[in-house]
Amino acid sequence: MLDLKGYGWMLWQGLELTILVGLAAMALALGLGLLGAWGKLAQGRAGRWAAGTYTTVIRGVPELLLILLVYYGVPTLIQDIAEGAGHDIILDINPFVAGVITIGFIYGAFATEVFRGAFLAVPRGQIEAARAAGMGQALTFRRIVLPQMWRFALPGLGNVWLVLIKATALISVIQLEELVRNADIAARATKLPFTFFFVVSLFFLGITIVSMVVQRRAEVWANRGVRRA
Amino acid sequence: MDLAIIWESLPRLLDGAALTLEITVISVLIGLALAVPLAIMRLSPNPLLWMPVYGYILYFRGTPLLVQLFLVYYGSGQFRPFLDSIGLWVLFREAYFCAVLTLTLNTAAYTAEILRGAIQGVPRGDIEAARAVGYSGILLYRRIVLPKAFRLALPAYTNEVVFLLQATSLVSIITLLDLTGVARIIVARSFEPYKLYITAGLMYLAMSYFFILLSRFIEHRLSGHMRERPASGTAAPGQR
Amino acid sequence: MKRLTFVAVFAALALAAGAAAADMKKVTLGTEGAYPPFNWIDENGDLQGFDIEIGDALCAAANLDCTWAVQDWDGIIPGLLAKKYDAIVASMSITEERKKKVDFTGKYYTTPAKFVRMKGSGIEITDEGLNGLAVGVQRATIHENFLRDNYGDIVSIKAYATQDEANLDFVAGRVDLLLADSMALQGGFLDTPDGESAEFVGPDFTDPRWFGDGAGIAVRKGETELLEALNGAIAAIRADGTYAAINDKYFDFDVYGD
Repeated sequence: MLDLKGYGWMLWQGLELTILVGLAAMALALGLGLLGAWGKLAQGRAGRWAAGTYTTVIRGVPELLLILLVYYGVPTLIQDIAEGAGHDIILDINPFVAGVITIGFIYGAFATEVFRGAFLAVPRGQIEAARAAGMGQALTFRRIVLPQMWRFALPGLGNVWLVLIKATALISVIQLEELVRNADIAARATKLPFTFFFVVSLFFLGITIVSMVVQRRAEVWANRGVRRA
Repeated sequence: MDLAIIWESLPRLLDGAALTLEITVISVLIGLALAVPLAIMRLSPNPLLWMPVYGYILYFRGTPLLVQLFLVYYGSGQFRPFLDSIGLWVLFREAYFCAVLTLTLNTAAYTAEILRGAIQGVPRGDIEAARAVGYSGILLYRRIVLPKAFRLALPAYTNEVVFLLQATSLVSIITLLDLTGVARIIVARSFEPYKLYITAGLMYLAMSYFFILLSRFIEHRLSGHMRERPASGTAAPGQR
Repeated sequence: MKRLTFVAVFAALALAAGAAAADMKKVTLGTEGAYPPFNWIDENGDLQGFDIEIGDALCAAANLDCTWAVQDWDGIIPGLLAKKYDAIVASMSITEERKKKVDFTGKYYTTPAKFVRMKGSGIEITDEGLNGLAVGVQRATIHENFLRDNYGDIVSIKAYATQDEANLDFVAGRVDLLLADSMALQGGFLDTPDGESAEFVGPDFTDPRWFGDGAGIAVRKGETELLEALNGAIAAIRADGTYAAINDKYFDFDVYGD
């Protein structure tokens, strides 16, 4: 077996933190995704413009750079602005929060596209029928659109999660002690980089495979009322 | 706000951007060349062909690129005597080689999966018609299946190229001076993080949209016979 | 590590309850945790090393309630400016370039910079000898600045996030030379099994233009109270033998210099 030289426990703790960051970022991404999809589909031009800029920028700038920017750049930027206005503020973004915000923000853009597509996939006729039956806009959304949106959104959201969890590896550059960071520390101390990074890659592979299985089950569950062709 | 630092750093940032583009283009081209046979093998009924390819695609799509990069770059050091003995160390010694190798293997896995989906999306009727007029084997793939599959795969493949462009920013972690690497060096000495990172971000944005527009142009040229088709709007989510 | 720290903090709180903990000023110290023997993280995830022990001793002497924060080197000054911590105790050399952004205490040690080569490589530190070689340094260090300014056109500079990674790549043969603090190279590399086949080469580099006036503790500009408390504490631990006791655990000579 692989000899982890006493660093096995550290990797295990890293795995916990990786999953924790992943889940927190995913929750944020889902919230931002709904908000962004609403912005894109709404009538208001400001909302459409904001949502459009959001997805454009995220698509065009590397995650690593965005993480560096949020962690190192944003606090100094805000302090510079505050100082210019004669205030002295402390803005400490810890690595966990910076990581969750950045990753959640990036994948919120992808979730936006998924939700938008899912909303458009709900047949118009059903919405019109609901309105004709006297349901208000909110009730139509809650009873008719939302339950079906989830079904259409599930495959896309599953992909977002699979990509997001791997992106958490990048937070290691802002010293959050997640899997990759701890593997890096162990690799440097033991001079066995291959061993540790290989073990970590298997951890990620495990997360991916488990997620894929869960996703498949969830899709079967969400489609339980749908007749197959 | 004092923006002189950006102006002063611009030549070095452009140098970095050139390396970013170079690594992207090389990896994309080799990756595509590998992906075509991989996708065809993946669709083979023979388990000796599809199973190894399935494992390869699963590993490279299921693990973070950063870990793959560390595995190749720092990991190869652990096997230096062996690599030396078979004469490969001269290659692994170079960060540039390790970066291109990792990015190529990574993008080949994603591209193979995109192509697999596209090949499966080629209408049965097209293939049956081709067979009826006598096409088979390589010729069937070369003349009928692949051209159609490439056209179907183009939107997803464009996303892949854009993601690879951005993924090259990770090579800064293994000492290469790409756009991100140069920005980090300048920040380390000037302590002006946001000015430089935002500048670099805008340069990436410009490069990304260059690739996206290029792809739209190609798509437009390829689909002359079927204009007025709704553009595929939903972007596939990022892949790393 | 989290659990252990929690227990330790809890125990410390219990002990300190009722004591004069209330009037102690809370200070967070930033360090790198990847620069043996000065600071590193052990297999339990705890900080170890000369910087850490000196930092703790200074806090005790200045009656400060200190906690540590780990921060990668190339973000360590931005981190201080962003108020993630209040002082940097991480073997940071006192240089003019850095003084534009932060204030420094007096030095708490000083050691020269040196090159390291493989035994038998025959590399000499001259313009001709260095021509075309690859040199590994840590990113954002005085050593990187020195190389870029003096040998930037001659050698190919490989900058790493940590010194350990530079050492790793030197062993792997990716770089021909290392340039770093001589004690960091001695304790963190040459004295370890990996460093057996390597040796120092060339002169001691001490030019203050690049290498500054020894390693000091950095604080944000204008934090004079903390700066004076730390300066007083450095003098105090030099005088009462605390410094010497820590020094002797790591080095066989006085690293404070003269």
